[in-house]
Amino acid sequence: MSTDAQAAHGAAAHDDGHTHGTRRSYLIGFGLSVVLTAIPFWLVMTGALGSQQATALTIMGFAVVQIVVHMIYFLHMTSRSEGGWSMLALIFTLILVLITLTGSLWVMYHLNTNMMPPHDMSGMR
Amino acid sequence: MDTTVATIDRTVFHLEEEHGHAEGGSTMLGFWIYLMSDCLIFAVLFATYGVLGGNYAAGPAPKDLFELPLVALNTAMLLFSSITYGFAMLAMQEGRRAATQAWLAVTGLFGLAFLGIELYEFAHLIHIGATPQRSAFLSSFFTLVGTHGLHVTFGIVWLVTLMVQVARHGLIPANRRRLMCLSMFWHFLDVIWIGVFTFVYLMGMLR
Amino acid sequence: MSDHPATQSLLFGRLTLDALPLHEPILVATFAVVALGGIALLALLTRYRLWGYLWTEWFTSVDHKRIGIMYMVLGLVMLLRGFADAIMMRLQQAMAFGGSEGYLNAHHYDQIFTAHGVIMIFFVAMPLVTGLMNYVVPLQIGARDVSFPFLNNFSFWMTAGGAAVVMMSLFVGEFARTGWLAYPPLSGIAYSPDPGVDYYIWALQVAGVGTLLSGVNLVCTIVKMRAPGMAMMKMPIFTWTALCTNVLIVAAFPVLTAVLALLSLDRYLGTNFFTNDFGGNPMMYVNLIWIWGHPEVYILILPAFGIFSEVASTFSGKRLFGYSSMVYATVVITILSYLVWLHHFFTMGSGASVNSFFGITTMIISIPTGAKIFNWLFTMYRGRIRFELPMMWTVAFMLIFVIGGMTGVLLAVPPADFVLHNSLFLVAHFHNVIIGGVLFGLFAGLNYWFPKAFGFRLDPFWGKMSFWFWVLGFFFAFMPLYVLGLMGVTRRLRVFDDPSLQIWFVIAGFGAVLILLGIVAMLVQIFVSIRRREALRDPTGDPWDGRTLEWATASPPPAYNFAFTPVVHDGDAWWDMKRRGYQRPTEGFRPIHMPRNTGAGVVLAGLSTVLAVALVWYIWWLAALCFAGLIATAIIHSFNYHRDFHIPVDEVVAAEDARTRLLAARS
Repeated sequence: MSTDAQAAHGAAAHDDGHTHGTRRSYLIGFGLSVVLTAIPFWLVMTGALGSQQATALTIMGFAVVQIVVHMIYFLHMTSRSEGGWSMLALIFTLILVLITLTGSLWVMYHLNTNMMPPHDMSGMR
Repeated sequence: MDTTVATIDRTVFHLEEEHGHAEGGSTMLGFWIYLMSDCLIFAVLFATYGVLGGNYAAGPAPKDLFELPLVALNTAMLLFSSITYGFAMLAMQEGRRAATQAWLAVTGLFGLAFLGIELYEFAHLIHIGATPQRSAFLSSFFTLVGTHGLHVTFGIVWLVTLMVQVARHGLIPANRRRLMCLSMFWHFLDVIWIGVFTFVYLMGMLR
Repeated sequence: MSDHPATQSLLFGRLTLDALPLHEPILVATFAVVALGGIALLALLTRYRLWGYLWTEWFTSVDHKRIGIMYMVLGLVMLLRGFADAIMMRLQQAMAFGGSEGYLNAHHYDQIFTAHGVIMIFFVAMPLVTGLMNYVVPLQIGARDVSFPFLNNFSFWMTAGGAAVVMMSLFVGEFARTGWLAYPPLSGIAYSPDPGVDYYIWALQVAGVGTLLSGVNLVCTIVKMRAPGMAMMKMPIFTWTALCTNVLIVAAFPVLTAVLALLSLDRYLGTNFFTNDFGGNPMMYVNLIWIWGHPEVYILILPAFGIFSEVASTFSGKRLFGYSSMVYATVVITILSYLVWLHHFFTMGSGASVNSFFGITTMIISIPTGAKIFNWLFTMYRGRIRFELPMMWTVAFMLIFVIGGMTGVLLAVPPADFVLHNSLFLVAHFHNVIIGGVLFGLFAGLNYWFPKAFGFRLDPFWGKMSFWFWVLGFFFAFMPLYVLGLMGVTRRLRVFDDPSLQIWFVIAGFGAVLILLGIVAMLVQIFVSIRRREALRDPTGDPWDGRTLEWATASPPPAYNFAFTPVVHDGDAWWDMKRRGYQRPTEGFRPIHMPRNTGAGVVLAGLSTVLAVALVWYIWWLAALCFAGLIATAIIHSFNYHRDFHIPVDEVVAAEDARTRLLAARS
């Protein structure tokens, strides 16, 4: 938190502080998201990559990129909007989402492996 | 009125002028923070799906249930509704009320189409016995996708309300602010849907 | 819904006359007392024609100060209920030895320990914390109100609605018998088919909405509404802790909402999230609820840290030692609080790697907390300490909290936790930090800011009585529990076999009686202070020689807080103003733009509360009706565009002139 950034608050409180899109930016965003949606669907439906793991990683990558595209072109997320507070809130939330997801998976995976008797594992499904 | 701090006299202890925190100046940030909290609700649902999504309880698995062409169509509906909402916002910025309303209506229709397809899918699954009660996988699937659908439903109710308000009062600042909030809500749901189709549908087919 | 009992009627769902606990003499007597008291209260309100006044000036008020006070009243009333549960448990455990069953049956006892935990956390600590933040934060940052005044009113009524649902469970049906976090599978429909867990779920859901919205509101307020010149690093430290707390609320409560929603889906629709079969996993519930649960602990303690910082600095007559390290410590705690949740269930079996990660993060979190303790000590060092009541609570906190913190670090060691898990040692630990930390902080805050809210101080004699009874009572009540826990006694037991343990429970019961005297003394303190208000009056608005902006305005502050928006040059803004010859402006006032009161919050929260009760009792038509009513009311409210007005300049002039005369008469 640099004091300069905060000092600008007095001014920032007055302008509405959000950025608007233009027709061009909306269309770029739309085009990108169509491509970024179509490719993963195509990959999965045709199995073009062969390996399932590679496909999974690739479509996860596409999802991340597409989320960023939506954030920029549709939600107009910039480091300047609302004096940086909405970006800060977003980053904080993403960290917590990451903690919740990976933490739960990690904890529950270990619980399952430790608490499930091994003969059950081989006998299931 | 913009009293930047750097220029403030050290002996000035109060502002003579009314310090106008512009009315509704916090609304956009407040709504964004609310959306962030909503995002964490979805994080919990995703985590639940991630942990329980493989527990089929000897019931149907994603491969037996999901129809990707239908999901692709659904995704297209939501994507179209996003761009049309964007056009509504552009029309609003140019102050064209009729165009705004028209684009909002189109957005609502795409939203309804999305919901219709999703309901069809749910009805089909329940019909073939893949009910939410069948297995932990199906419980978490229905809850995650259904919660997103519920959000879309509320978004449509909100959209209709706003259309009535714009029709009544025009594009006054209060209505513009509300339209911008709904815009964030709508695009936010789109972002959640990216997670849904990637992690639930596409990755489900890979399992 | 096939596994629900067949005795459901269309009109009343599963609500029948059997739901009234007529066979429990304790409950019947309690009900009689509550009913008589309630009727007497209603009669008095009617007799003195206070209904209209309460409705227009309080219930529908969007003034953050009024809402803050209503939160405090709610919290103190619920403290009495929560404490009644506590002393009943202490009595039962002190009695139930040597073949005696005590006086509470298992069915009732299990409800009591559940209700005690739920009420103390959600309906005592949370309202008191939120109330103080609501009252103080806008004043400290030089704002007229919060960002969303209507939402603030709505949030309060949602919290009150949740409290009403819990209270209703006392007399209609029953409360959960599951412990305060309602772990499945015990809380699932198979093992708890009665409405107790449903009361639990819906009370928390209703109150949770209120908490979440007030969190969003205060974050926005602090970010957007600070007076000019108040950079982040010039914010009062209580405002800083309030910011971090509300960030935690916004980030943690959605998790609670979601996990309770999943549990209710299991109970109402027969899904299989946390069941034992069809792939469900009860441990996932434990995992998820603690992702909320641990940040919740810091939601409660951080504002208390803020209060202690303000008090230590004010009553030592010194600037807070290490302001920026205090801020960084708070922020670090905020983030780390998300990385420790598994220490609540080390014994569940995640294995060495997971347990050691969470054990280490837990130990790390004690470092910033320790830094804070040193900051307070150095603030006091060579200061001119005035041992007024808030300062006494602060010193007691530092002693007691350090003990609680150290036992916490013991519990953070996974192998030790395997011995101590779920024992009375744990119970002693968290009461040690919550009473010694949160509650003492709230009492310090209450004594500190009371003169600001009402214009007169709280009586010091009865305050000291309360203080000593509480502090001594705490040691008597909880130190024996540490001993018992080390001897291996687990929590939530109703009867005991080993007679050698009884003496410890008797001592703990004696401690609970001392705490009872502390609570009574506090009520007497408030009562006596109101009677002696002229003698205790503070005309200056700054009774403690304060340092932050809330002391710059009158006590009680006018509706608009500040006639002119203050300009801030220093972290201790008011101290700085006093030092550099600030003259209070006496002319040039203008009309002030303020939000308008509205009854929509009461209506929405009322509908939500009825909806909750309808869902508890499976009265589906009523639930549907309330839900439709909620949507309709929300939409209708959104058509109201006239939400503000201007306080005419005459009123501002009149209020400010009155204060000018008051200050002149004093000097």
